[in-house]
Amino acid sequence: MADTLFRQCPRSGLFFHRTGESLMKAHAVFAVVFFLIGGIFGLLVMLTRMPSVHLLDAETFYMALSIHGTDILIFWIIFFEVAVLYFASSTLLRVRPAAPALGWLGFILMVVGSIMTTLTFLRGNSSVMFTSYVPMPAEPTFYLGLILFAVGALVGCFLFLATLVIAKREKTYDGSIPLVTFGALTACIIAILSILFGAVILIPTFLWSVGLIPEVDPLVYRTIWWGLGHSSQQINVSAQVAIWYAIAAIVFGATPMSEKVSRTAFLLYILFLQLASAHHLLVDPGIGSSWKVFNTSYAMYLAVLASMVHGLTVPGSIEVAQRRKGYTNGLFEWLRKAPWDNPVFSGMFLSLIIFGFLGGITGVIMGTEQINLIIHNTIFVPGHFHATVAVGTTLAFMAITYFLIPVLFQRELILPKLAKWQPYLFAGGMTMLVIFMLGAGTLGVPRRHWDVSFSDALMQYQYAGTAITMLGMAGLGGILAAVGGGAYVLIAVGSLVFGRRLDQNATLLASFGVPLKPGSYTLVRPERLGMTPAEAEGAVSHAAPGTFTLALVFLATFVVYFFINAKYLSSLWHMS
Amino acid sequence: MAITPPSQRIWWHKPIDRIEALWVGIALVWCLVLFFWMPYWHLFGKQNLSNESYKTSPAAFEAKVQAMVEKHKVRTETSGDIPVVAPPPGSDVYMLGRTWEWYPILELKKGQSYRLHLSSVDWQHGFSIQPVNINLQILPGYETVVTLTPTQTGEFGVVCNEYCGVGHHTMLGKIYVKE
Repeated sequence: MADTLFRQCPRSGLFFHRTGESLMKAHAVFAVVFFLIGGIFGLLVMLTRMPSVHLLDAETFYMALSIHGTDILIFWIIFFEVAVLYFASSTLLRVRPAAPALGWLGFILMVVGSIMTTLTFLRGNSSVMFTSYVPMPAEPTFYLGLILFAVGALVGCFLFLATLVIAKREKTYDGSIPLVTFGALTACIIAILSILFGAVILIPTFLWSVGLIPEVDPLVYRTIWWGLGHSSQQINVSAQVAIWYAIAAIVFGATPMSEKVSRTAFLLYILFLQLASAHHLLVDPGIGSSWKVFNTSYAMYLAVLASMVHGLTVPGSIEVAQRRKGYTNGLFEWLRKAPWDNPVFSGMFLSLIIFGFLGGITGVIMGTEQINLIIHNTIFVPGHFHATVAVGTTLAFMAITYFLIPVLFQRELILPKLAKWQPYLFAGGMTMLVIFMLGAGTLGVPRRHWDVSFSDALMQYQYAGTAITMLGMAGLGGILAAVGGGAYVLIAVGSLVFGRRLDQNATLLASFGVPLKPGSYTLVRPERLGMTPAEAEGAVSHAAPGTFTLALVFLATFVVYFFINAKYLSSLWHMS
Repeated sequence: MAITPPSQRIWWHKPIDRIEALWVGIALVWCLVLFFWMPYWHLFGKQNLSNESYKTSPAAFEAKVQAMVEKHKVRTETSGDIPVVAPPPGSDVYMLGRTWEWYPILELKKGQSYRLHLSSVDWQHGFSIQPVNINLQILPGYETVVTLTPTQTGEFGVVCNEYCGVGHHTMLGKIYVKE
């Protein structure tokens, strides 16, 4: 009977399965908890790297940095992504989730693992950073926690696939799965591959930490670990792009310009993003240049091509939808008249722009084999991935949260004014942080470093004054971003606790055994999910000249910045 | 819409919009430029890694470093009496990373090439010549060889930019380049 308990959200028309909905909520809530923990430690890290503040002592700093990296990059993001998987399968396909009991088991494994690893960090003997490079050892419970978490996430992935099978078999939809579900499927496949890489290296490393294996080779570790470490960031790319498409559909009723192009682009992610481990090994010994060149370029940049395609088709589909509504003046009326005060839209659009312009461009440039020589392990690197993960992924997740609070959690948003400003605050702060980190990194400032003034070192080295100033400016950006992040947690948690209950007939209470009121969960299976009405794709042309112009601006920025860095490289001492 | 199944069952046959196709073409061309720039730089650029590296052990590498120090030491510096070594141009030069120093200090000549060997005897380290900004990953058990030709004179810092424990931020080294 529990199989067929659905409620329809009156404001969105989406169907939520009772158990599927609980699983989504549980994962999303834990995601936000880890966002809060990781964010606080991130702020402490930033306040220490600001030369004028220099808050923590060295030992606490390295611990805080380890927690910040792991809790944000792994726990916040993967918890949220598993929630997205349940949403993209159970809700979007109107189907019961497969084996919900296993779903809860996976969830519990993730909770136990994430708490175990975080507590191990807090004991202070395992400040090995997110990357935990051997042979520097961490306590066994650090690796064990990660392994448990990964197994839990793997369970979530396979249940997602099983749910797709059920939907197909029970014919809950017509035609092909929606593009957003397809994007989530991409994320799921990449997640499975990443977790397998993780198992291959973390299980031996765990055995080494308890003394059962004599050693783990550092180069082998780096090569395979980055199959987890970088590929897991590619899960984020797929998930966030899927969310961009979802928000374009939710806010504008936008239809993909071409299913064929968008889906092929997702397919390229699956085929080539896995090669990205090489990005971290470009200046490592023991690996040849041809391997580096082929892998770092994702086989001739075919995954970059995919991102450039999504970068056009997502705003392009919004432009087409807006033009159909009559915003046809000039190149950019469609964009000017977009709902900039709706955080679901503004968060998504800022995520897209900043991900592309700052994250994408810097990522490709530092992933160029020789240019990596001037960037490897400088603070340019975290500058890049704060643009991709903190703005791209995190802001996309924040944006969809504002949609999910009324629809999934059935609560009215508290502090709507703050919510309106939150994406700008967070994106603005992060952009400032990122730009100054990139700048300081270009001047050679190292990442993961407690004191670039080397005050208690035997030898001395003095960085350029500009570099130190930039660290200070990055800190100001970081503080602003932390305020934005705090506002997000406040609104999200506050709405869950204090927000007015919406759609009373379908309260949380009813989902836990209390007799159902009429109009909440029903025993009737939702009707089949039909294909997009043909008129939505319309006879109207798919012209998106404004987006094309933006894309050309992007390309010009990309080309210029690439050759600036190539020029910088050519000024270095000669190496062969 | 992206949250519903496509309107056509066989969406594969729907033609692609002109602008979209044009962008895919432009992006593909740029991707190929990016790709072929790397082999191009291997042929014509002056900043490439040699791909030469060896498996080694801390003891073996330390012995080589020590042999060079004894042969070419010119003076010592700092309160730690760190040797300054001036090896002849063209020779094999060694620098070792350990918690928390780059050892020894090197004195090189501008415009001359040296075969620089790098390794670590404990954790992973990051070899970062500043302000030139050359950055290499150094692994214990692996010996990296780079043929290095300084093109500037002066005093250069060697920063460690891979986290290597609580004293990481005190790990420095030095390279002098003379005319």
